[in-house]
Amino acid sequence: MDNKNSYTKPVVKPNTKKVYEPILPGSDDWPVVKLAKNRKNFIEEVIQASHSKISELTISPQALLDEVELTMYKERLRIKQNPWLVDPDDELPFWNKIRSQLIALSRAEDYDEQVVKDLLEQIVSRYANEIAGNFNPSSYRFARTVANFGFSRLLNASRLGFKSIFSNQLTMQDKIHIVGETEQMRELSKIGTVVVVPTHFSNLDSILIGWVINTMGLPPFIYGAGLNLFNIGIFAYFMNSLGAYKVDRRKKNLIYLETLKTYSRLAIKNGCHSLFFPGGTRSRSGMIESKLKLGLLGSAMEAQREIYEANGNQKIFIIPVVLNYHFVLEAPALINEHLKQEGQERYYVEKDEYSGSYKILTFLLKFFTKGSDISVSIGKGMDMLGNPVDMQGNSLDKHGKIINTKDYFLSSGKVQKDKQREQEYTDNLGRIIVKEFHRISRVFSSHLVAYAAFSILRKKHKRLDLYSFLRLPVEELIIPYDQFRDSIFKLREELFRQYENGICDLAPHLTDDLDDVIAHGLSNVGMYHAKRPLVKNQDGDLVSEDLNLLYYYRNRLEGYDLEKII
Amino acid sequence: MRKSSEKPIGVIGAGSFGTVIANYLAENNKVLLYVRRAEQAAEINLSRQSSKQQLHDNIIITNNIQQVAKECEVIFPIIPSSNFREMMSQFGPYLHPYHILIHGTKGLDIQLPKGARLDDPDFKLTREHVRTMSEVITDESSVVRVGCLAGPNLAREMADKQPAATVIASRYNEVILQGQRLLRSDRFQVYGNQDITGVELCGVLKNIIAIASGALSGLGYGDNARALLISRGIVEMIYIGRAFGGNVEAFIGLAGVGDLVATCTSTLSRNFTVGYRLAKGETLPQIIESMEEVAEGVNTVKIITKLTTSANLRAPITENLHKVLFENLPVESALNYLMKYPLNVDIDFL
Repeated sequence: MDNKNSYTKPVVKPNTKKVYEPILPGSDDWPVVKLAKNRKNFIEEVIQASHSKISELTISPQALLDEVELTMYKERLRIKQNPWLVDPDDELPFWNKIRSQLIALSRAEDYDEQVVKDLLEQIVSRYANEIAGNFNPSSYRFARTVANFGFSRLLNASRLGFKSIFSNQLTMQDKIHIVGETEQMRELSKIGTVVVVPTHFSNLDSILIGWVINTMGLPPFIYGAGLNLFNIGIFAYFMNSLGAYKVDRRKKNLIYLETLKTYSRLAIKNGCHSLFFPGGTRSRSGMIESKLKLGLLGSAMEAQREIYEANGNQKIFIIPVVLNYHFVLEAPALINEHLKQEGQERYYVEKDEYSGSYKILTFLLKFFTKGSDISVSIGKGMDMLGNPVDMQGNSLDKHGKIINTKDYFLSSGKVQKDKQREQEYTDNLGRIIVKEFHRISRVFSSHLVAYAAFSILRKKHKRLDLYSFLRLPVEELIIPYDQFRDSIFKLREELFRQYENGICDLAPHLTDDLDDVIAHGLSNVGMYHAKRPLVKNQDGDLVSEDLNLLYYYRNRLEGYDLEKII
Repeated sequence: MRKSSEKPIGVIGAGSFGTVIANYLAENNKVLLYVRRAEQAAEINLSRQSSKQQLHDNIIITNNIQQVAKECEVIFPIIPSSNFREMMSQFGPYLHPYHILIHGTKGLDIQLPKGARLDDPDFKLTREHVRTMSEVITDESSVVRVGCLAGPNLAREMADKQPAATVIASRYNEVILQGQRLLRSDRFQVYGNQDITGVELCGVLKNIIAIASGALSGLGYGDNARALLISRGIVEMIYIGRAFGGNVEAFIGLAGVGDLVATCTSTLSRNFTVGYRLAKGETLPQIIESMEEVAEGVNTVKIITKLTTSANLRAPITENLHKVLFENLPVESALNYLMKYPLNVDIDFL
């Protein structure tokens, strides 16, 4: 039956292990090192720029005062209600001081504008120092060596037997495949400033990307990493050495957000390659991000305009990256949050939920000793308008004609600031990034089996709403193997078609014999979870031990219009 | 206000609406009016007359499209939709992202996949195949600052300098502001709207209802019938408009209801005239043959009918008009059908 009307299997490029030479051998040349050496001056620059930006946004001195008061109030509330391990001890005293200054101000007969500005300065300065990364080249090298050495030993020992512990037969690149436009990314980072925007599924993403950037021979990028990650000892060490700056998502006040955006904007202007997760937080549902948080992209847009305004020519390139996993360590917690959050997002409090260092280490151990590969897809480089760029960094229009990116910021022959225009540009860029995410995302066998199983069950119980459906007892969750196989066949045909049309990407293993693909998918889908999303029972039929997890892994293929297949 | 006029304003197309807009713009600016055919350009240049209107002294006629792109930053393309893509593909290579294009064309463009035909009943036409004029502009050039003009703007009345108003729609405030600055006068008011797709669809869809309204008049019916048609017509426009990416708001504004009332009641409207003559017994080829300018509504009925049937949407007025125009259904029978149509809910979209 398989061969009737079957779509010809596409030729999917095999994974390769390429060795990349570093593009800037001496660490003194790394923009991030230059920034670290001038750390004090740079922070000062950030403070000044944020200060003037905030004054510009709050039209009157009274509005500024209101903003300061509101910030103080919110911060004191946060300290009381949602304290984190990583919070410094002097937080409360600092805000108490601000508070008493504000009280003094309200008692004064006529208040001095300068006092309000001083207050703002104190707050901005505190925030800027808190956000600023602390990059250190020697600890970067150390972390890099430890990671590479340690993992390679582990890998060789576990796969080839203990005798091979010092063998170099297997490297990290056997486990983690880097695919896509790698050469272009290297070229672009020589020509201009690269901003990498990856999808975000797991806390491991930051470290994974750090490794990828290093393996590709690129100088370190600066990151915006969630402050909650610094709660975890092992992460804090890596993050600090990888050039991370801290993003505290609990602080949703204007002063903090503007300082953060200013930090990122100035770093980009200074030529630091940057990385931020445009989805904001990890995808709770397991779906590829479809709505992006545009704040930081907006700052990059401003940076590009400011470069042109100052008659510079340095170009900023956006590179979307998708991380593809069979298994996401935090999946059970994420999907539960997603289900709780649905419909009441506004009341959702950013919590400090994380896995401890021990849990992560065990995971890494398992990851390197057992199956389960990861692949990292590098997308096509684009300019700030979402136009594709060639190897020389030229922007191209739909007809392949070169466009000058500066022209987008001109009116009457001059570079002009137009907030509303740049907002539109940023929205548009966001849409193009999402499209690229879907195009380069790699379908794994595990996604396929999860999608098929979930759809079959959901269809069978279509009269239940999602929440009742997810609570069905295990006896209701059995799928006969033949039916399952048939659905997988149809889904894979559709995915082949989409692959040929450039709509999605496929892992090479997906073109294997159908039963092998199913076996591969079943052994990999959520493989380290205590309760497996999908397993074969004694009769050879499929059963889900955890429907929430099955939903999570199935969501990876949302947005490809596959609903109609099953 | 900025000093006007270092750079001339471009207008593409010297039809009746293009000429009126060129004249309005010329009151405060130098205008470059592009005419495609060289002989016609020479003729207009000599007589200083275009579409029966006297040309303002500030208007320079050209048939060099490259010159328009080079000298102008703001350009108003106002040509029939059937020539729009071809014009843009010639114009596109000379345009840059700093250009502002505000079009005044009330039609649609279709891009069919290879081998597909509109009259093939198995072929499903979707939104991707149908492009609004602003989408044609972004398809064929690197221009992003795109806007459109729509509203009750019968060219004849504007040429007579009667009071009127229009809507400029664009996602970019600067486009709206530029358009207002250039066109506004004490007898011409210019409103802004951010929903460019909605406003474009208003201009496009109202032509369908205008043909139907002409047909009612041709049958000799009066104002009750027309009011019935206009109010059911706007409901149908909103249904179709929402399904293809516009918001309800645009339809109840000047470009929606405003334009609809004007075109459905005026004998100056080309689309109205098509319906009127149909009801009087002429055939569509005869009518088209004798008209000086294109009635966009005819082609729009063809595209929208295919779109709505492909998407299983109900659009009774459009579908019946399609039967009258292309399937020889007598106007009277179409009307009977509509009167029996089981529409019992007045408004269900707000």
